[in-house]
Amino acid sequence: MDEQKDKLHRRQFLRSSLRNTALIAAGIAIGKYAGQSNATVWQIDPAKCTACGKCATACVKKISAVKCLHAYAMCGYCDLCTGFLNSQPNERSTAAENQLCPTAAIVRTFIEDPYYEYKIIEELCIGCGKCVKGCGEFGNGSLYLQIKRELCEDCNECALAVQCPAQAISRVPADKPYLHNG
Amino acid sequence: MKSLLHIFTLLIIALSITPAISAERFPPPDFESGYQLPDGIAVDQPSATSQTEEYLTVVILFIALSLASYLAIRKRSRKGMILLTIFSLAFFGFYRQGCICPIGAIQNFTLAVFDSGYTIPLSAILILILPLIFTLFFGRTFCAAICPLGAIQELTIIKPLKLPRPLINALSLGAYLYLAIAILLAAMGSMFAICKYDPFVAIFRLEGSKEMFIVGVALLITGMFIARPYCRFLCPLGVIFNWLSRLSRWHLTITPDKCISCKLCADSCPYEAIDAPIKPPAANELTAIRKRFIILLALTPVIIGIGIIIGGLLSDSIAKIDPDIKTAILLQAEIETNNQGSSDETIAFYKTNQPVEEFFTQVNATRGSYNTATKIAGGFMGLVIALKLLSLSIYRRRTEYQPNPATCYSCGQCFQSCPIGKNAE
Repeated sequence: MDEQKDKLHRRQFLRSSLRNTALIAAGIAIGKYAGQSNATVWQIDPAKCTACGKCATACVKKISAVKCLHAYAMCGYCDLCTGFLNSQPNERSTAAENQLCPTAAIVRTFIEDPYYEYKIIEELCIGCGKCVKGCGEFGNGSLYLQIKRELCEDCNECALAVQCPAQAISRVPADKPYLHNG
Repeated sequence: MKSLLHIFTLLIIALSITPAISAERFPPPDFESGYQLPDGIAVDQPSATSQTEEYLTVVILFIALSLASYLAIRKRSRKGMILLTIFSLAFFGFYRQGCICPIGAIQNFTLAVFDSGYTIPLSAILILILPLIFTLFFGRTFCAAICPLGAIQELTIIKPLKLPRPLINALSLGAYLYLAIAILLAAMGSMFAICKYDPFVAIFRLEGSKEMFIVGVALLITGMFIARPYCRFLCPLGVIFNWLSRLSRWHLTITPDKCISCKLCADSCPYEAIDAPIKPPAANELTAIRKRFIILLALTPVIIGIGIIIGGLLSDSIAKIDPDIKTAILLQAEIETNNQGSSDETIAFYKTNQPVEEFFTQVNATRGSYNTATKIAGGFMGLVIALKLLSLSIYRRRTEYQPNPATCYSCGQCFQSCPIGKNAE
């Protein structure tokens, strides 16, 4: 019986020392990584983005958290905007069939001859990047895609980042959550 | 002085090139009508509010863990446990939408260890380590009532079936395999597999792809008859809980007093985590057990070796998950068929202006690391299988019904079944 008790003690001693080791390891882990820890959010790097269109469908949200933004300072305010009209418009008209945007989220306003302002209505934008591609191919590239913070679910693993063929989506510091064009 | 001059010339060249890259084909106009540029880029508000919310979640997690441990060990209340489970499902599941969870945080931690460029959020460290520390003291009370993945399965059990023990042992290896693959992919920085294949996150968010819903609902339906299938046979964090819970300082006990070996508790446990008493084996049986143990011990290096070989063989197929390797394979195929830039990946690659040869050398290095990593993972799986076999051929004296500290979730379903407990009330 004594031997049995002895065995129990030994087992308990082993367990408690292993437990303490684990606790110390946890303490070290917190100490090592807590100091340099930094909150991050997912964002698209416009320099890498190819506007492939996957952002519109790969996001876990029903309507993607990716929206098109406009760097107005870069915009040429062109009449024949290749981000707004498809590349072979049948006629120079802004009718729906000539527009690139599938949801008509781009509003064109006449400013002064020959300049037009193009504004994205965020509620309508689905982040497909068709306008971004058009503007980047023939225009100044002032349109670009970004993940809107207030719409993003902050998934631990961004479903877009996994799908992105350009590996353009990465974690950026939360206090500077946007990567701007230009 | 000469080098300074060199730097200067380089700088001038660089400066003269930069505008050429981002050349504006149509210069921005000078407006005469007094038009003001809209604030297109004024969206730079830092997301500070979500930060405080993260820390609040950690505090709530701590309180919930303390409460679960109290309910399991001191109060011994199944009713309280159910209420806490419902709260956790509502808060950590549907309100917090399951992200970030301790299971997924394993990968953040792994990535932080292997990639010095990645800074892990403090909340992710705490969300991972708090439940682990609690397990060291009180057993798997996190699994009992806090984990939203566990909670949704716990609350949907209808009629749990008893599975044959060998089947349970075999299926539980699935969790080890999942853990090994998840850590492998996170360490390589390729993917967070646990998050991508989280079965219930689509249900918590009430949106997601069709596949996610199908997997989640299928698992829930399975769970009505095979209790907690994800926790028992897949959960990667469950493996670590399993190890740590064996060391727990205090652990839930079935009966508050002396066990009368009535077996009622073992029947009530949907997870088959209650060990029955074992009679000491006869002397000749004992020699047979010892013999088997020694043979298995001698075979252990062989099993590990087989694991390493299988890991090495699977290396190339697993490496295809890596985005760089995927791109390299596409590039190679395009170069062979002389059809450059036919996929999104290769278009993006050519946009970076990186020389193809340089990229291929870089990718070959990644392939090498994958080879090493999969071999380690394979060896680990071999070791796990060997240890499992060894543990099955050890005789341990047990005189009463006891919760198995490794697999018991401390959910307290056995409390009500114990006749001693009823009398004590």
